[in-house]
Amino acid sequence: MAKPIVDKTAESNKERNKKPAVIAEPEYPLTTMAVVAPIVGWLIPGGGHLLLKRYGRGILLLVSVVAMFVIGLGMQGRIYKPNGGDILDILGFVGDVGSGVLYFLARIMDWGNVMAANAAADYGKTFLIVAGLLNFIAAADAHHIALGKKP
Amino acid sequence: MNINLSHFSAAVVFALFASIVFGITQRNSTTEQVRYGVYCFVMFVGGVFIAGWVMALIRR
Repeated sequence: MAKPIVDKTAESNKERNKKPAVIAEPEYPLTTMAVVAPIVGWLIPGGGHLLLKRYGRGILLLVSVVAMFVIGLGMQGRIYKPNGGDILDILGFVGDVGSGVLYFLARIMDWGNVMAANAAADYGKTFLIVAGLLNFIAAADAHHIALGKKP
Repeated sequence: MNINLSHFSAAVVFALFASIVFGITQRNSTTEQVRYGVYCFVMFVGGVFIAGWVMALIRR
């Protein structure tokens, strides 16, 4: 009996034209904790991680952000206000407000309301802004942990 | 309260705390976090030295 003729070229073309299998992205449903943890993390540095029982990470984040904020204030850094007028002042405010409760405490206690024109004060201002920005990253990390994207 | 830090010591303190946060937030396992934190710290402080030398050479 004759063997059926198989067109190998057509077969290989079929293989080539096959679309790659779509890898389904795992879904991460938005839970209450995924909303609450970053808010707590923003208000209290490291609080989101502590809420999610990542105590070691939470304490390290708390110490890092609070230390940067306190050192910034100690170096006579300036705390930005929301109605700065200048666009750079608004950006400075966004950075500062990232520290959450620390920022509001500083505003209530009138800390950082100085206009010192020396290099240390400039570094202090940078410490304050970066403390807030790092806290934003920590809050986003708490969100990812709560979603289950990160262990 | 008044804290007086030199430019270099301020940069090292900054590098230390920023590296801790980067390590924790950018990696998953504890070992990876420590390694990445140390890497960031070395890069920060190394960058300070390189920038310092570049500025010193420009000034000459």
